[in-house]
Amino acid sequence: MSQENAIEVRHLTKRFGTNLAVADVSFDVHQGEVFGLLGPNGAGKTTTLRMITTLLKPDAGQVKIFGHDTATEGRLARSLFGLTGQYASVDEDISARENLMIFARLNGLSRADAKARTAELLAEFSLEHSADKALKHFSGGMRRRLDLAVSLITRPALIFLDEPTTGLDPRTRTQMWTTIRGLVAQGSTIVLTTQYLEEADQLADRLAVIDHGKLVKMGTPAELKRQVGGTVLTFTVNQAEQVKAAQTVLAQQGVGTGQLTGSQLSVTLARPAQLTSILEKLAQAQVAISHLTVNEPSLDDAFMALTVGQN
Amino acid sequence: MDVQTHSGNVVMNTATMAYRNLLKTVHNPDRFMDVIIQPILFMMMFGYLFGGAIAGNVQAYLPTIVPGILAQTMLSAASGSGSQLREDLDSGIFDRFKSLPMAHIAPLAGQLFADSLRLVIAAITSLTTGFLMGWRPAAGFGWVLVCGLLAIFTGWALSWVFALLGLLAKQATTVQSFSLITMLVLSFVSNAFVPLKSLSKPLRVLAELNPVTYVITAIRQILATGGWTRESLLVLVAGVIIVLVFAPLAVWAYDRN
Repeated sequence: MSQENAIEVRHLTKRFGTNLAVADVSFDVHQGEVFGLLGPNGAGKTTTLRMITTLLKPDAGQVKIFGHDTATEGRLARSLFGLTGQYASVDEDISARENLMIFARLNGLSRADAKARTAELLAEFSLEHSADKALKHFSGGMRRRLDLAVSLITRPALIFLDEPTTGLDPRTRTQMWTTIRGLVAQGSTIVLTTQYLEEADQLADRLAVIDHGKLVKMGTPAELKRQVGGTVLTFTVNQAEQVKAAQTVLAQQGVGTGQLTGSQLSVTLARPAQLTSILEKLAQAQVAISHLTVNEPSLDDAFMALTVGQN
Repeated sequence: MDVQTHSGNVVMNTATMAYRNLLKTVHNPDRFMDVIIQPILFMMMFGYLFGGAIAGNVQAYLPTIVPGILAQTMLSAASGSGSQLREDLDSGIFDRFKSLPMAHIAPLAGQLFADSLRLVIAAITSLTTGFLMGWRPAAGFGWVLVCGLLAIFTGWALSWVFALLGLLAKQATTVQSFSLITMLVLSFVSNAFVPLKSLSKPLRVLAELNPVTYVITAIRQILATGGWTRESLLVLVAGVIIVLVFAPLAVWAYDRN
């Protein structure tokens, strides 16, 4: 076991009846990184997360959290992480303060420590004004904040977030991202699942794409994007009769003759550096162009290329 | 990590969980309505409707019906534990409990200790309603208290059975309907409302086998003789055995969930 790994997952497998929900998934999460589990609905993200966090017993495979096997040292492993589930796992009937107090006590804090930590977290998550209101009157965003606050009571070095922003409006989502970045800045390791590509792109250092229970790809968001193909250059040739000339230029530059739609041409570049010479040669050939766009492939493209059909 | 934690012990965890459940109840006092309304309604309905027919008059019927309603109310209050647990399990909060480094029996025990408050309220309501209708047991207040405690303990022991049911069932509604049917059959096919000798032979055999009959007989004997009987000891021991069997089963079902 290397010291820099916060989590080591080996050959994790779970079957529900005849349905193979998670199939032989293995990966490492390094300390201090944000690791994203990305996949369509029902791909097995949450099942994987539930097995890592000891909520679900795997049929096969092993999970180590900071070197501790969750099968044999479950209680110790549980004391090392905080978990925010997909559904708000706080008590609806009682207030935010009472929730924090109860979970602090259950985490083993003394009454005085629990009180102090509760006050701290209420302030940190801007919940002071509603601290004594029942959660029924909370907005979705407040509930998620409280949920996250509860997971952070013991200041765990490792935090699991299962779809932390699902169902939140854009503003609240951005707030949540800020909060998560704050945790990273404090040195926490974060594992999050998400079905939002933008979220994965914004937050994660590394991603594992899960589809049909299998780990189909792993890498940084940039690496995943690169796999789908390079930069796409698109432009319109002003005079239709010059299209042929433009295509000749492209062919000479070694990027093929491109895709022609009307008088619009688009080509995929192997390297962004090719762009300058292409534009230069077009100018030399006196081909006038307009509506020039250069597109980096999005994580959406990567995601579509990596995952197949309905789960 | 600069937060001081110590590995929580079972007793403290259970106390915290019980406190949580009590807080929930304090914020929602209507959770008590069923255990308050039911004994009052049943005591008055049965007392005034059937008292004359079964025992000649309401007054003479009270020594029969008060222990009967007491036992029925305990059974009904105990059956609530199952659906409460199921609701908690469905809400996702138990995921959080499970991911905490605490004893696995604590969420269950906490729930059931908090539920014993329901039992206490139900017992007090039943006995008080009887008293207001003119019930004056000869054994005196001390023995009424003993009977109340015996009934509460039996109800608490039974709540472990319903807890197991709640943990094994798929939905809260299943637990509720099953609990209701169990409660109705067990409390009516017993000596709670009618003397056993008035029943037909097969029904009488069933009623005599019914554990609720034992509890009611034990309570009536205590109130009639003003002393602890073999029957009451039997009920007490049975209660202890139920807890010893069903508490570990419930923890097993909880872990399995």
